[in-house]
Amino acid sequence: MSLDSIFGVAGTALNAQMTRMNATASNLANAGSVSTTEEGAFRAKRPVFKALVDEAMTHAGAPYVGGVKVDQIIDDKAPVRRISDPTNPLADAQGYVYQSNVSEVTEMVEMMAAGRSYQNNVEVINTARQLMMRTLEITRT
Amino acid sequence: MEILNKVFGVHEPALQARARRLELLAQNIANADTPNYKARDIDFKTTLLEAGANNAAMRTTRSTHFAVGQELPPDDMRYRIPLNTSFDGNTVEMSVEQAQYGKAAADYQATLNFLENRVSGLRKALRGE
Repeated sequence: MSLDSIFGVAGTALNAQMTRMNATASNLANAGSVSTTEEGAFRAKRPVFKALVDEAMTHAGAPYVGGVKVDQIIDDKAPVRRISDPTNPLADAQGYVYQSNVSEVTEMVEMMAAGRSYQNNVEVINTARQLMMRTLEITRT
Repeated sequence: MEILNKVFGVHEPALQARARRLELLAQNIANADTPNYKARDIDFKTTLLEAGANNAAMRTTRSTHFAVGQELPPDDMRYRIPLNTSFDGNTVEMSVEQAQYGKAAADYQATLNFLENRVSGLRKALRGE
């Protein structure tokens, strides 16, 4: 029954998008954090998605895809900003602190994109559920 | 009760094909943000033709005729040609997928309506109304 598996597929997508939203929230919360060293500075986290392939159901031509998962979480490669702030207790000997490379604008866009994708998958589930209920009621006409 | 086996005719494999298409589109939408994912779809007409459902009415008039295959062929998926290219190699275009999903849901309901009519017809016949 194919309608059944739609719930599973969309469910994995909801999970992945929620992880993305969580990463965005974490990035935004750390937007202002500073560090004494360049290595210690916070770097924005980005989840990388991967299609779930169910080996047991793989066909010759195209693989059966059973949803999506968070494959890995990578650090954003944008450079860390070095700013002069001698009064900061975390400042190094030269009076510099290293600020996180989080861009608020990018994070807001990321959050909206994640929210939209989440909504899309919720709609998919709703439609599938309605169709399923109608299928169940087929004998009542 | 052989009539019960073929009362749904073409609509039973059609409903299976529609549900399969819905599932495939749901997978595309789920992988809208997956790098290098290629969107896929099935051609409903080809699928139904390969399922042998198009000539079901003609083939099953006698008991000596071959039974019509109700199984759907597994290798009927095709990759979608994207309208625009993307940086991460993903070919899912959300607007296209949304439109197709809506259409597929409507198609599914249409097939369901046919099935409901068959059921109510059968019910009327049984009751002798």
